[in-house]
Amino acid sequence: MKADLRFEFLADKDRRILTVIREFAAKRQLVWDCHTRSELLDRWFAPKPLTTKTKHMDFRAGGYWHYAMITPEGQQFWSRLDYLTINPIDGYTALDGFSDEAGGINPDLPRSNLNATFADKSAHTLVTTIVQYGSSDDLQKAIDMGLKDGLTSTLERLDELLPVLLAK
Amino acid sequence: MANQAIALDTVFHALADPTRRAVIARLGRGPATVSELAEPFDMALPSFMKHISVLESSRLVRSRKSGRIRTCELNSKSLMAAERWFGEQRALWQSRYSNLDGLLAKLNGEEK
Repeated sequence: MKADLRFEFLADKDRRILTVIREFAAKRQLVWDCHTRSELLDRWFAPKPLTTKTKHMDFRAGGYWHYAMITPEGQQFWSRLDYLTINPIDGYTALDGFSDEAGGINPDLPRSNLNATFADKSAHTLVTTIVQYGSSDDLQKAIDMGLKDGLTSTLERLDELLPVLLAK
Repeated sequence: MANQAIALDTVFHALADPTRRAVIARLGRGPATVSELAEPFDMALPSFMKHISVLESSRLVRSRKSGRIRTCELNSKSLMAAERWFGEQRALWQSRYSNLDGLLAKLNGEEK
């Protein structure tokens, strides 16, 4: 990230809201295209070292983006973003959810509402994304899912290790 | 992933010291003020406060100040898990947007 580009990440656990504000060194139309055209989304959406693969994209209210984020080992994490409202090139709202490869939404996994707005900032563009989980149960599920990675098991081992360390 | 390594390093660093381990053990019995925690140790308060700040930056311990009294307590695992998840989400968006910076620069170059 370039140091002079604004980045803010706000987490409000009580209201179950994540707010991500980011400035981009490009005109609003281009930033909008990168968020709404699958051939462009495929080139940036997954964090490194993962890659993005689109299976279906229909960018209109009622349509959806069905895509996978793929690890270097080939493991695929499928998601589906259902578009609710679209106002080119000002913003869109959508419902985010985990899916399978066929595109079916897993109703047991948490879904979140996404509200993205795009604004001019001189020659740059400011994108504000608000992610809200429907219930604290949904947020807790998302947190629990995030805990399946290596660090959590290390932390759980740490919980076992603590009494041993403290006994010394 | 680098963030996780840093988080673990700070936890292990916090636990490497006998004074800090004793503070954790004391807080395991419930919240306590800094002066209560410092009492068993033959140590100047500024030195003791450094230990508290190491514990806080590891997120094993949190504190809040009311007037001139600072009270410490152990951070529950669930709270740590939530904070860590938010940290991971932040890292995810940062990484994703850094990719987008690269793509935008490339697309801008193609236009010219």
